[in-house]
Amino acid sequence: MANEPRKPPLQLVARLRRALGGQAGWSGVVVQILFVALVVWVGYEIVDNARANLQTQRIASGFGFMSNTAGFAVSQALIPFTESDSYARVFVVGLLNTLLVSIVGIVIATIIGVLVALGRLSPNWLLARIAGGYVELIRNLPLLFQILFWYLAVLATLPSPRQSISLFGTVFLSNRGLIVPDPVPQQPFGVFVVAIAIGIVASLAMRAYARRQLFVAGEKLTIWPFVLAMLIGLPALAIAMFGAPVTFDMPQLRGFNFVGGAKVLPEFAALTIALSTYTAAFIAEIVRAGLQSVPKGQMEAGASLGLSRGETLRLVIIPQAMRVILPPLTNQYLNLTKNSSLAVAIGYPDLFSVFAGTALSQTGQAVEIIALTMGVYLLISLVTSAIMSFYGWRLNRSLAA
Amino acid sequence: MKRVSLALISIVSAFAVQSALAQTQDKPKDRGTLQGVKDRGTLSCGVSQGLPGFSAPDDKGNWTGLDVDVCRALAAAIFNDPSKVKFVPLSAKDRFTALQSGEIDVLSRNSTWTLSRDTSLGLNYTGISYYDGQGFMIRKSLKVNSALELNGASICVQTGTTNEQNTSDYFKGNNMKYELIAFGTADETLKAYESGRCDVFTSDVSQLYAERLKVAAPNDHAVLPEVISKEPLGPVVRHGDDQWFDIVKWTLFAMINAEEYAITQKNVDEMAKSSKPELKRMFGTDGNLGEQLGLTKDWVTRIIKATGNYGESFDRNVGAGSKLNIARGLNKLWNQGGLQYAPPIR
Repeated sequence: MANEPRKPPLQLVARLRRALGGQAGWSGVVVQILFVALVVWVGYEIVDNARANLQTQRIASGFGFMSNTAGFAVSQALIPFTESDSYARVFVVGLLNTLLVSIVGIVIATIIGVLVALGRLSPNWLLARIAGGYVELIRNLPLLFQILFWYLAVLATLPSPRQSISLFGTVFLSNRGLIVPDPVPQQPFGVFVVAIAIGIVASLAMRAYARRQLFVAGEKLTIWPFVLAMLIGLPALAIAMFGAPVTFDMPQLRGFNFVGGAKVLPEFAALTIALSTYTAAFIAEIVRAGLQSVPKGQMEAGASLGLSRGETLRLVIIPQAMRVILPPLTNQYLNLTKNSSLAVAIGYPDLFSVFAGTALSQTGQAVEIIALTMGVYLLISLVTSAIMSFYGWRLNRSLAA
Repeated sequence: MKRVSLALISIVSAFAVQSALAQTQDKPKDRGTLQGVKDRGTLSCGVSQGLPGFSAPDDKGNWTGLDVDVCRALAAAIFNDPSKVKFVPLSAKDRFTALQSGEIDVLSRNSTWTLSRDTSLGLNYTGISYYDGQGFMIRKSLKVNSALELNGASICVQTGTTNEQNTSDYFKGNNMKYELIAFGTADETLKAYESGRCDVFTSDVSQLYAERLKVAAPNDHAVLPEVISKEPLGPVVRHGDDQWFDIVKWTLFAMINAEEYAITQKNVDEMAKSSKPELKRMFGTDGNLGEQLGLTKDWVTRIIKATGNYGESFDRNVGAGSKLNIARGLNKLWNQGGLQYAPPIR
């Protein structure tokens, strides 16, 4: 494996220049100028045409509508939201809901995907077959079908709130969602957070020290008992000294539904389950291909150095496999984020549903709203791939070192 | 050299695209919707995705319903053939964009007339084909008799409708808590309601009766007595084509006037020979009112032959002669105690 050093990303300008006719001399420059002029002109024509058409139909344009009152309710909002808030706030609420489902989905999909890939590579015949069956079944069924399956065939069959499944009378599961006690921060909450922060910082420092010792003195330190003690002990001490940091708002069944408590909507659950299991099937194949791309000799080399199987995987195999895994994995993360817009079918209030759906049909500002929505999805995708490229760049640098 | 020719090709093709764009942009202005429809040979009509009584395909794939009849009447007036309509099923959230962008010529899809839709969307409402109001449907087993007992209920609604905002207004106004779950289409909304995700399904009352026919046991569900809003429904056209606006408007008015004069599908030929002055004007035996609209002199005859008068269409699709069996109520003619009133054809 040649480890040629990779340059950091963000060479967009240079790459663009090469793509536009990178030959030296005047002909290259002329072509580039012509091309840019063409792009600008076509863009101008599109905007001008749209504006003229909107004007003849007397459709108001501009982003002024964003400050108008929306006047409708949204079933899940991460920030306080009422009917009298503006369309701008609807936009933020929808965006946060999209981000929430994407991030949770990505984390779960990655965990399932890696486990399935390892299962598929496992020498255990049964485990390998089950993992293989999972991949083949899940990735060959349409995603919308899977979302509707989880929503209508699984979660909707849960009992109604009055007959809900209850755990010690504090956690309730029904077809209205999962209702848990809602933690309300109290006075000592700040101290509690500080205690956790100190624990994390101290653990990181200890890890850095242990690594240094390993490289400098070749001495292997066992630090996990100390880390554990600090991460659990410090917050426990804080609670013992200052009292409970939170009290719980308990859900109670009153009338139609539960009052109080925090709620996980079935729409959110169905969407997250479907998106993460679906994407996990693809991630599993990517991870499997990545691991198999590392020559067998590397495993043997690790063993001959006296590393355990786990250490060989963690220190030798996975870093090399990551180079193959990262680009297609980034695509899967982007797909998951974009696929979250299928939420509209089951009434989860994501950006596409509440902003490009409800807000659009109530204001009629199709051009502005679609442009804004497109821009947001583009931005999310670019940020995701930038994070992944940065990770890939760092990984390559450490491999080359 | 290769690159230069590539650039030249793109410039030339961009010019082609530009001139094509310019043409499509000018077309509606120069020739008008009526001419466009005539050239195409069919009327493109936006309808619901399947709302029995208003617009739904039957088992043979023919669209029927009160909203569909408006489109058929238009096609009859233009082509003398009520079958020359292409029906475009649209969800609530896509309907106005489809009309604005010219994908359809007229929207006849239980759409509520509001000021903001009439102005800022670049649309014109041509009249009221059905006086409706928003209501609530609920399982009888929950033993709720009034919408005022719905505090804390989960409510399923179709997204992009006036119902979403009305529900918010009503619950806020009565100081009640609620959870609103909005779905993309009427079918998804109904499915969620049926599965027990929501306690209540809210929509226009006429639609509630239509959707109730689709659930497994219609008799287990009841529509609560409160009607919380005014929902005047009617056909919609784009801003900027007054002739087309007139044609759609007067097609609906012709159906309502025909009921007032007791002109029916059966007796229309006989009535056309009448010597009564108002009937002579309607049937074009006196004057050229139809031609003033851009249609033919016998436009009313064509319309009534195709769909019957407003009352016939109402009975056949949503009234006593249909499964829905909705009472005429507000939709009776003005001289029979209702609100349906069309300006005179003269």
